[in-house]
Amino acid sequence: MQQKTKKIKSVVVENGFEKEVEIEVPVGPPASWGDPKALRLLGKRNTRPDGPDKVTGRARYASDVILPGMCYGRFVMSPYPAAKIKSIDLGPAERINGVKAAVLLLQPGADVLYHGQPVAAIAAITPEIAEDAIRAVRVEYETRPHVVDLVKATNPNAPKVRSDVPSNVQYPGGSTKGDVDGALKSAAAMIHETYEAQTRLHCCLETHGHTVKWDGDKLTVWASTQFVTGVRDEFARDTGGPQNVTVITEHMGGGFGSKFGRGTEGIAVAQLAKKANAPVKFLLSRAEEQLANYRGPGVRAEIKLGASADGTLTVGDVKVWNNGGASNANSPLDQGFYIIEPQARRVQRWGVLTNTGGTAALRAPGHPQAAVIWDMALDALAAKLNMDPLEFRKKNHNDPVRVAEWDLGAKVIGWNRRQRTPGSAAGTRKRGVGMGSATWGGGGSKSADCTIEIKPDGKVRAYSAVQDLGVGVRLYVQSIPAEELGLQLADVEPIIGHSTFGPGKGSGGSTTTASVAPAIKMSAVQAREQLAIVAAKKLGAKPEEIEVVPRGRFQVKGSPARGLAWKELCALLPPSGIKAKGDWNEASDLQASGVRGCTFVEVEVDTETGKVTVIKALGVQDCGFVLNRLQAENQVTGGIIQGIGTAILEDRRMDNVTGRMLNPNFEDYKLCGSFESGGVNITLDPPYRTLGPEERGIATIIFDNPTGKVSGIGEPAIIGVQSAVANAIFNAIGVHVKEQPATPDRVLAALASLKGGRA
Amino acid sequence: MDQEQNGRSFVVTRRSFIKGAGAGVAGAAVVGGSAAIDSNTEAEAQGGGQRIGPGPVRMTLNINGVNRTVEVEPRTTLINVLRGVGHRPLSPDQALTGSKVGCDRGSCGACTVMVDGKAVYGCMMLAADARGRKILTVEGLSQTGKLTAIQQQMVEKDGYQCGFCTPGFVMSLTALMRRKANPTLDEVKMAVSGNTCRCGTYPRIFEAALAAAKMNAAPARKGA
Ligand code: FES
Ligand code: FES
Repeated sequence: MQQKTKKIKSVVVENGFEKEVEIEVPVGPPASWGDPKALRLLGKRNTRPDGPDKVTGRARYASDVILPGMCYGRFVMSPYPAAKIKSIDLGPAERINGVKAAVLLLQPGADVLYHGQPVAAIAAITPEIAEDAIRAVRVEYETRPHVVDLVKATNPNAPKVRSDVPSNVQYPGGSTKGDVDGALKSAAAMIHETYEAQTRLHCCLETHGHTVKWDGDKLTVWASTQFVTGVRDEFARDTGGPQNVTVITEHMGGGFGSKFGRGTEGIAVAQLAKKANAPVKFLLSRAEEQLANYRGPGVRAEIKLGASADGTLTVGDVKVWNNGGASNANSPLDQGFYIIEPQARRVQRWGVLTNTGGTAALRAPGHPQAAVIWDMALDALAAKLNMDPLEFRKKNHNDPVRVAEWDLGAKVIGWNRRQRTPGSAAGTRKRGVGMGSATWGGGGSKSADCTIEIKPDGKVRAYSAVQDLGVGVRLYVQSIPAEELGLQLADVEPIIGHSTFGPGKGSGGSTTTASVAPAIKMSAVQAREQLAIVAAKKLGAKPEEIEVVPRGRFQVKGSPARGLAWKELCALLPPSGIKAKGDWNEASDLQASGVRGCTFVEVEVDTETGKVTVIKALGVQDCGFVLNRLQAENQVTGGIIQGIGTAILEDRRMDNVTGRMLNPNFEDYKLCGSFESGGVNITLDPPYRTLGPEERGIATIIFDNPTGKVSGIGEPAIIGVQSAVANAIFNAIGVHVKEQPATPDRVLAALASLKGGRA
Repeated sequence: MDQEQNGRSFVVTRRSFIKGAGAGVAGAAVVGGSAAIDSNTEAEAQGGGQRIGPGPVRMTLNINGVNRTVEVEPRTTLINVLRGVGHRPLSPDQALTGSKVGCDRGSCGACTVMVDGKAVYGCMMLAADARGRKILTVEGLSQTGKLTAIQQQMVEKDGYQCGFCTPGFVMSLTALMRRKANPTLDEVKMAVSGNTCRCGTYPRIFEAALAAAKMNAAPARKGA
């Protein structure tokens, strides 16, 4: 039988000239990550290659780029939440010594729609002088009535946020399934509650921004972005084409969904640099970041939920309002329910405009809000039914992987220690245990390229335009080729974050790894195939008879003495070496979409002060084939910590009277610090043990779901955390903090409502 | 922890004042709290009332053992000078961008450096007040190329994600371990209570710190 072949590109030397040619290679077995037990590097606890750069300060971020003669950018921002700009005079700012450029971002006559909206931008030789200059700019505003509160904005008499749309209430939608009204009447147990998940800010530790430099009509941009090539295409609008823009993101200080585009600061910095005729660094100040940048929308929901006496969730009737700010009133998750579906259900949803900043994806957009609201409702109904909340969920959901994750989580956290009746713990410091769940895609698609280059001296470089948000991309760009070619990690140099390395990939939806890793794998496979041809020729064998063994030795199967050491093999390559670029279409089987995940938390609530302390938290997360265990666990840990902040600290606060944000900083917009974050890292290995009652810390389990395919987990890791904390508090004190987060004042108010004799 | 919070709010107010005033005397904000007040008194005793500015002034700073001369406005913070800001700033190859700016007002610790052996927020100290003192930045820790115990353990335990907070944590922990080679978990938490990690890697940073402490405790090993 004729062996099937395929064509791949390679380089040969003909008459002393290098030439790219297509060569035929036998079609091997379909791509696979291989048996995890047989792998040397993948799935292990290797440390990332850029770690030493991060701990020594060598890692270079967009904010670290220093260019001779560089200026610093700042925004002039609206102090009002709703106004018309009557006039802007940049003159007094431009006359300050050291100010090099000033540009308008809004023209006179334009409306400002939220406090902090950028109006103009300045570049000066120091950031201090730029700040002097923004204070010198004269802007005349004609203020208008505003509305910043979600509920108030839905009132037909409320001030209209935008003149171009007839109502603040937008995007009506929803769906109905079954006889909802009938099922509500016949339910044996019912709850009717209103819950609110707060608006949150991304708070990337490195603010948004870029350092840019013009050379004629060519623009180089060092960007703090989660989409190198996307930002390149946006700056291309100023340069007459993407060929004139280079975007570099060697390292970036966090994105969480907010750093896809170049932003208003990107529009400003390109203009400022041109006008100043100097490079400009425009990394937002913290106040600019918190005010002018994006936020994850708050959600309010009114929920009626009913069950039969045996705990079957018979009906849900849900109304959802999403706080879309001034510029994007997208509605929240369509379902109105999360993971666990009532038999009959009605969902009505709206996106509401308010005079607050625009919204953007924030780590699992919409999911933590949907989860916390739905999980609080489920636990409230379980309590009505006098049922174990886990049993209640299992009664109404039967995905085997999810149920196995729940059971494992319950065992490890010590689910048995929860209060059988919520709030029944003795004393003033009450312990409680709660859970929450996640569902996510995490699959990849053909998007990013990867090129592997092997030189005659044996050096291997793997290139991709993709950026690393902190998940450890360089490690898998390094370890996948190293595994495939039988090499050590240090033998492969991973080079990422540069727009010239071919099509890139936006890091969103936890799709990066599942998109990029298969591309790298296919490039590595192709590199191996090309090398096998070279080896076969030298060894007098057929390419399909060549096997790779550790240390990069290519040898003839069955006669290991006939082989070439890595250096010997590479010495046979043409002077420019070989390049391999794999075909993603052969890789689609290396990734999959659809992960679950759950979080279990034990809290202690001080009923005298209202303070909530997380005693321990556990994340259980499946991700299919694990590329790097250490980094996978780290992702889950990070999701848990951010989730704890969401549950007890983080809250963007608006002042109804002035319409201003009250906490555009880190002092009053609080993030988890060392004392809130639950303690040390607890590494657990199978067989998993139950954590002790006084054990404190954060535990992560990468749940073994042997799909053999890669899925991303950055987002699912955070989804169930706020739910778990909210329900642990309910378990401890017998009442939910329905308006999130559970800050001490709200915990005390919830306790007071209990004393006041709740029905 | 209460002490820490008191320390922090104290310095925020103080620094807003000094930055607004544009010239004059300032104190150091000490990361990790307990020494804040001492250090302010000390700074006043040293720099006491000498008037400079308001225009750019030349000053020499001892950074990682090397004297560097810059010309900056008196209101310029130490972190900005280190990171290459000024009328005659450090040249691009001399500037030290390892320490970051996350908030520029004493609430994230990304800018943490050591001054005379104490961890301080580089954004809360005026460069002028660092004259005559020994400034140590993250770049100064491993000049021979060999990572310190805490740096090594941060790598081993994957004590970072984006890494933007990492130099600040490394400096806070270095200051702690030079004070106490083998700290407890609570002492570690206190030492980094002025540092924020948005990626949420605290549990791993604690793990790294405790492992570094063990290395320090083992005989024949030198300090952090
Ligand atoms: S930058 Fe100095 S504390 Fe945040
Ligand atoms: S690693 Fe990103 S802020 Fe700490």
